Amino acid sequence: MKSLFRKYLCHKLSVVALTSIFIVSMQMSFAGDPNSFNRLMKKKAERNLPPARDGIHDPEAEGTNTLQPPKEAFSNLVKSKSGNYVDWVKSLREGKIHPRYDRLDPKAKPIIMDLNIVREVKGSMPDVVFPHAQHTEWLDCSNCHPAIFIPRKGANQISMASILLGRKCGVCHGKVAFPITAKTCRICHSKPKLTKVRNKKHVGK
Amino acid sequence: MNFYFVKSELERGSLLLLFLLGTLAVVGNISPAHAEYGDLVLNQHAEKEGMPPVIFPHWFHRIRFRCKVCHADLGFKFKAGGSGINMLKIIDGQYCGACHNGEIAWSVENCDLCHTGKDGLKTQVDGSTLSKLVVPVKDKNKKPR
Ligand code: HEC
Ligand code: HEC
Ligand code: HEC
Ligand code: HEC
Ligand code: HEC
Ligand code: HEC
Repeated sequence: MKSLFRKYLCHKLSVVALTSIFIVSMQMSFAGDPNSFNRLMKKKAERNLPPARDGIHDPEAEGTNTLQPPKEAFSNLVKSKSGNYVDWVKSLREGKIHPRYDRLDPKAKPIIMDLNIVREVKGSMPDVVFPHAQHTEWLDCSNCHPAIFIPRKGANQISMASILLGRKCGVCHGKVAFPITAKTCRICHSKPKLTKVRNKKHVGK
Repeated sequence: MNFYFVKSELERGSLLLLFLLGTLAVVGNISPAHAEYGDLVLNQHAEKEGMPPVIFPHWFHRIRFRCKVCHADLGFKFKAGGSGINMLKIIDGQYCGACHNGEIAWSVENCDLCHTGKDGLKTQVDGSTLSKLVVPVKDKNKKPR
């Protein structure tokens, strides 16, 4: 009787052990391959995760499950391809959202300034157009002038490196306003170069 | 009797091992969790004082207010942790307390709606372009701002 039980036990144990070995080897084959297809590109994360699954909210905390999941809030807004995956400029202009311009008065209207500043860009990228209109719909002049930008065309030195580091346009773009990704270059670099024709002639010579 | 003890102990041990390895396999292969773009963790004092970190959702607030309201009128700095927010200022009607006062939005006694962060988080903005770069950038002309 005792030995029968022992046999039965041995059998069960070996099944468990073999399964474990199988899973361990699967793990190693995923993690240890020096030639995995993507070596540096990170796995795509799921979009607009609910608070309990977003990695920063404590899923056990009382409040977490009371908070609104972003997907629910964004369902009626205009979509985009990066950041919150919401086109905030269009959502505002099409009246999908009504953010207050004053803490208390829901009817206060922003003072919008429609002035485009063109910044010529070195190299092949199209020139940058900075639109005051879209910015003054959200922001106050004092949010940018004079701490981030001296209000004079061309008075500020701006480079892509400083933007990526979170300075100049990067104070907001890359943190709260639309980020810097391959899908957004052309939102800023929106004006084809005037010098295009001249460059072509040059090549022809 | 002795025999039964051995059985359950051993089996329980290996079952536990199996379960752990299984979860590892699953966790290792699902896509990584990531916070909503623009979510802030504020944890300069909270955890030190025994409260979980604060999570501030930009997306939620910008549906209701322009940036100007907070960043010009209420004096929030463009830097997580930059304004020196604490509970005393909040109950005195500054910063979060300008709205979370039971008039514009639910009031401060709802501790658990703001203090929802996991332990050990740093004060920072989540999902930023900088944090997603494979290699850090260097600026040749190192000028602040
Ligand atoms: C300009 C006003 C204003 C300020 C300043 C403000 N909030 Fe809010 N907040 C609101 C309003 C309005 C709501 C929605 C309240 C409701 O649903 O009744 C809200 C809701 C929230 C929510 C819940 C979001 C959800 O999913 O329902 C959290 C969390 C929050 N605020 C945190 C903060 C923190 C932290 C601060 C300070 C760093 C802050 N808020 C500052 C107006 C403000
Ligand atoms: C989001 C940031 C931002 C906001 C908000 C903003 N500006 Fe500007 N402004 C800029 C930038 C960038 C430039 C270009 C500077 C350069 O070329 O070096 C500029 C340039 C200017 C200039 C110089 C134009 C010229 O032709 O020389 C003036 C004047 C100006 N802004 C006024 C304002 C006023 C008034 C407001 C508020 C209604 C405002 N700005 C809001 C970023 C901003
Ligand atoms: C103080 C914050 C801030 C700074 C600094 C800033 N922006 Fe913006 N920008 C915004 C916000 C907010 C929007 C609205 C759209 C959004 O949030 O994604 C916006 C929108 C834009 C848009 C319009 C997008 C559209 O869909 O029409 C362009 C173009 C743009 N920014 C370019 C720039 C450039 C170029 C600079 C630097 C010279 C700059 N921004 C600096 C906050 C900022
Ligand atoms: C938020 C707006 C914005 C976005 C998004 C953006 N740029 Fe720029 N970029 C600028 C500004 C402003 C300059 C500086 C122009 C000048 O010299 O005045 C610039 C300059 C450049 C330059 C010239 C070299 C330098 O560093 O000055 C290159 C190349 C460039 N950008 C590439 C890109 C690429 C590629 C992307 C997309 C991944 C991109 N940019 C996205 C605003 C932007
Ligand atoms: C309800 C208030 C509120 C609104 C509305 C709001 N913010 Fe903020 N913002 C904050 C708070 C709070 C902080 C953190 C300040 C601190 O910790 O001292 C912050 C920080 C920031 C930062 C710094 C992030 C970092 O650490 O680098 C940026 C950039 C920013 N906000 C941009 C914006 C833009 C752009 C808008 C409008 C689209 C906006 N904010 C609307 C409350 C707000
Ligand atoms: C509207 C959002 C909000 C609510 C509600 C709130 N807090 Fe806070 N609390 C904050 C913020 C923001 C900070 C500063 C975060 C930091 O950088 O550490 C903070 C900091 C703290 C700190 C540490 C520093 C200090 O000021 O003492 C304690 C302790 C604290 N909160 C306790 C509480 C308690 C208890 C409640 C409920 C009675 C509460 N909080 C409700 C936003 C909130």
